[in-house]
Parts: sequence; structure tokens; C-alpha cells
Amino acid sequence: MTKKKKRWLEEKSIEWVLIMVSVISILTTVGIVMTLFYESYEFFTVVSIKEFFTTLRWAPVFDPPSFGVLPLLSGTFLIAFLSSFISLPLGLGSAIYLSEFASKKARKIIKPILELLAGIPSIVYGFFALTFITPIIRSVLPDTSIYNALSASIAVGIMTLPMVASLSEDAMMAVPDSIRQGAYALGSTKLEVAIHVIVPAAFSGIGASFMLAISRAVGETMIVAIAAGQTPTFTLNPLESVQTMTGFMVNMALGDIQQGSIEFKTVFVVGALLFLVTLVMNFIAKFVIQKNREVY
Amino acid sequence: MQTKIRVENLNFYYGNFQALKNISMEIYENKITALIGPSGCGKSTFIKSINRMYDLIDGAVAKGSISFDEIEILDKNTDVVELRKRIGMVFQKPNPFPKSITENVLYGVKRHGDVPKIEWLALLESSLKKASLFSEVEHKLNQSAFSLSGGQQQRLCIARTLATKPEVLLMDEPTSALDPIATAKIEELLEELKKEYTVIIVTHSMQQAARISDYTGFFLNGELIEFGLTKTLFSTPKDKRTEDYITGRFG
Ligand SMILES: Nc1ncnc2c1ncn2[C@@H]1O[C@H](COP(=O)(O)OP(=O)(O)OP(=O)(O)O)[C@@H](O)[C@H]1O
Ligand SMILES: [Mg+2]
Repeated sequence: MTKKKKRWLEEKSIEWVLIMVSVISILTTVGIVMTLFYESYEFFTVVSIKEFFTTLRWAPVFDPPSFGVLPLLSGTFLIAFLSSFISLPLGLGSAIYLSEFASKKARKIIKPILELLAGIPSIVYGFFALTFITPIIRSVLPDTSIYNALSASIAVGIMTLPMVASLSEDAMMAVPDSIRQGAYALGSTKLEVAIHVIVPAAFSGIGASFMLAISRAVGETMIVAIAAGQTPTFTLNPLESVQTMTGFMVNMALGDIQQGSIEFKTVFVVGALLFLVTLVMNFIAKFVIQKNREVY
Repeated sequence: MQTKIRVENLNFYYGNFQALKNISMEIYENKITALIGPSGCGKSTFIKSINRMYDLIDGAVAKGSISFDEIEILDKNTDVVELRKRIGMVFQKPNPFPKSITENVLYGVKRHGDVPKIEWLALLESSLKKASLFSEVEHKLNQSAFSLSGGQQQRLCIARTLATKPEVLLMDEPTSALDPIATAKIEELLEELKKEYTVIIVTHSMQQAARISDYTGFFLNGELIEFGLTKTLFSTPKDKRTEDYITGRFG
């Protein structure tokens, strides 16, 4: 075999291996999505779409059962919404500090700490919420339930904060120094440069980090299963116990349910809904980011 | 002829490296002073000392004195934000903000808040006119500055600097990234600008220095070798090294 032919064979075989790998991962995803939607379809042959999306009681294992998904949706969004009040401002604030104010030395110390924080398993945050945050909330507001949305939201917010900080900081560091210097040369203070020049210039990256944090919060499971409770409640009161879509799914997965039963199918239908919600959020994020992208 | 900036015994260090050695010179009001010299001789460093841009560089230290009207620029207590409003700077590469043309020009006044809102539009127009850019952009003031050509971007950066009403303009090779036509435009502009402003310009082109400046300083290895009227410096240089440089024998 000539050298040339050997190299050609090598290249081709590597190409094929790579194609196989991509095909496998695509097929897996397609398989998961198809299962979700097949089981959901089955679910909707028993329960009407109208009942699912408009009634306010979620009690699939009760007798008689009731399948209004709104409490799970409201629980999910309540926690995602409240957690973003912690993760977005604090994350962006840390990013601004790190990229525009911190000395090289401070950055060298703080950045690894943030990344460490991002590596803590979420179950740890869940117990932290239940055993540390909840008692503090209850000492201030004694009427709060042991399991409540606020405590879980705070923990989810703390958990997603490092991601916002780290990704936003990357985006801000990517803004060319020449632009920074231009702003300083016009007589700007550090804060003005950060807020009026760097943050807008890095908006697409910062927006991406925000959307990712909110997506993570929507999909977060362990913290909410532990700290938010298991009571599907249609409420906007953060001091009540709520259940999220993920919380419900993990709860069902842990109990013993009959395969093929309607309870079994609820897990898939809620999963499909969660999938759609995240998908829509990703699309919105993509759109926002594309629209604001600056290429330097 | 009025001295606008007086530099005395300026020594500049990047850590242990001395980039400027005992520089003394005067910058005259409403004149164009050109700084020439081979790469790495300290021209940019000199410019950065005048508006304290070196504050942004870790380990950079300037010693000596630079007085500007009543202010000692190198004094630790000098308000650099105020100073940079009065001494504007245009960089080698155009560096507009990723914002609209209008936002770029009005950036300074919006931050400083010393011009009432009703005057912003007039200021926008007059600054763009002074930078001879107005006619080219008047129909697209809300478009991104990045949609302009390099030469237009550079004039936008000049307009942005003029809008803060500086007294002195520092320009560090403002035409080195531009083609001859854009360069000619900016040179013409400088002739106009010197009526109102004091200009210090770094250039690599000796022809440019000879064409546009009233005074020229020749730097070499961190030293100011010769400083004087441009005409004199180019026709009868006193120092052998200046002569070698301007006749292209080295550098
Ligand atoms: N941030 C810095 N840190 C350390 N040394 C520096 C720094 N900036 C410049 N220098 C050094 O200081 C000297 C003068 O640099 P400067 O940028 O002032 O030269 P210049 O005359 O503007 O050159 P050019 O014509 O290439 O722009 C050079 O030897 C350079 O290596
Ligand atoms: Mg230079």
C-alpha cells in the first residue's frame, strides 16, 4: 500500500467513526423525544388537553385523580423567577467586579472559587436550603412552611450565580481593550466604563448567561425536591410549599407506579412540557443573542 | 506664543525599564506639535503621560513634572477624569464604541452631564462637522458605528473627542491604519482644528510631520534628541542623529 493510500484510509476511517458517534447521539435524542411525545399522546387519549392546561388541581395519584398542570408550571416559574433575583444581579455584579475592578491578584483568587462553587452537587444546596436558609426565613417570618418556594429559590439562585458570573465575565473580558481605553480617554470613571460601555458591548454573552441560568433553574431538581416540598399549589406566595415539574417527576420516579398506568404517563407528559419550555427559552435566548451580537 | 503644556525632566518607567529619559519640552497653544522617531523610542509613552493613560498599566511610573495651565498633571491628586475631558485622545486604530453614531458622539456629554439636553443635537452636528464627517453620516446617525469605513470610524472617534470640548488633542498615529485619501482628509482637518485646539500628533511618516506640523520633536531610545520649528528641524537639523533619521539613513 502506498503512503498516500494509507493516509487516505486513515482519514476516511476517522471520518466514519466521527459520523457514527454523531449519529448515535442524534438517535438517542430523537429516541428520548419520541418516547416523551408517544407517552404524552397516550396520556391525552385519557385526559383532555383542556383539563390539563386549564384546571388548577394536580393530583394524579388521588382518587378521583385530577390533572391540572398549572400548579406545577407556576411552581417551576415561581422558583426560576425568584432565583433570578439572586443569580442575575449578583452574578453580573461579580462579573463587573472581576473584569473591570479587581486586580490581577484578586481575580486569580476569586475566579477559581467561583468555579469551585459551580461544581458543588445540587443536593448539597438542597440540604443547605432546608437546614440553613429555611430556619432563617422562619425566624423572620414564623408563618412560613417548612418546605417553601423562597428557600429553594435562594439556593437555586446561589447555585446558578457562579455560572452567570463566569460566563458574563468571559464576555466582558472579550471586549477589546481599545474600546475600554477609548472610554477612559474621554474622561469616564471605572463604573461608567463598566456600565455604559463594557456591559452593553458584552450584552450578547451576558444575555446568554442569564438565559442559561434561568434554564438551569427551570430544570433544577434536587434542590426543589428537598426544600420546596411536594405540594402542587397554584400560588405566587413564595412562603408556601410548592411542587415543580421536575420535583413531581422525581417524586413519581421514587414511588412505585405501574408501567403503562396513567400515573406513569403523567411523568412523560410533564417531561415533554418541561422539554418544550426549555426549548422555547433556548430559542428566545438564541434570538436575543443573535440580534445583539457585535463582532470585533 | 503661549505655552499650553510644559514638560520638565520627565522620566518614565515600565517596572524596571526606563522608557523616557529626562524629557523637557514645551507644547505651544494652537500649534500642531509632531513627534517622530523609530518604533519603540517612547512616542506613545510620552503621549500617555500627558493624559495619564498610563494609570491603566500596572507598574508604570512617571517622574518629573508636566504642567498644564494651572494643573500639575503628574500629581497623584490630579482628577484624571477632569483632566481627560480637557485633554482628548485619538488612538492609532479607530476604536468606536459598539453603539450608534449618535451615541458615540454624545457619549462624553451624557456621562459628564455638563451640557443641557436641548443642546445635544446641535453638539452632535457641530462635532461631526468639525470632524468633516457630517455630510457622510447625516442620514444614518442611528446606525452602528461599525457600519462605517475605517477612515470614517477614525473621524467619528475625532468627533467623539471634540464633543467633550477638550483644549488639547493627543493623536497617536491617527492615520496609520488609513488609506491615502482618508489620511488626506484627516490632515486637512487638523489644519482647521488647530485654530481651536492644541494638537500633539505622533506619526511615523516624516512627510506627514513636515506637511502638517508647526513644531517637531525627534525621539530616540527614550530621549528627546531635538525639538524645534518643523521647518528648521527638517531643513537644518542640529543633531547628526536627527539628520540621519530624516534622511532615512536609519530607523
Ligand atoms: N505596557 C508596557 N510594558 C512594558 N514596556 C512597555 C509597555 N509599553 C511600551 N513599553 C516599552 O516602552 C518602549 C517605548 O514604547 P512606546 O510604545 O512608547 O514606543 P513608540 O515610540 O510609540 O513606538 P511605535 O512607533 O512602535 O508605536 C518600548 O521599548 C516598549 O517596548
Ligand atoms: Mg506608539
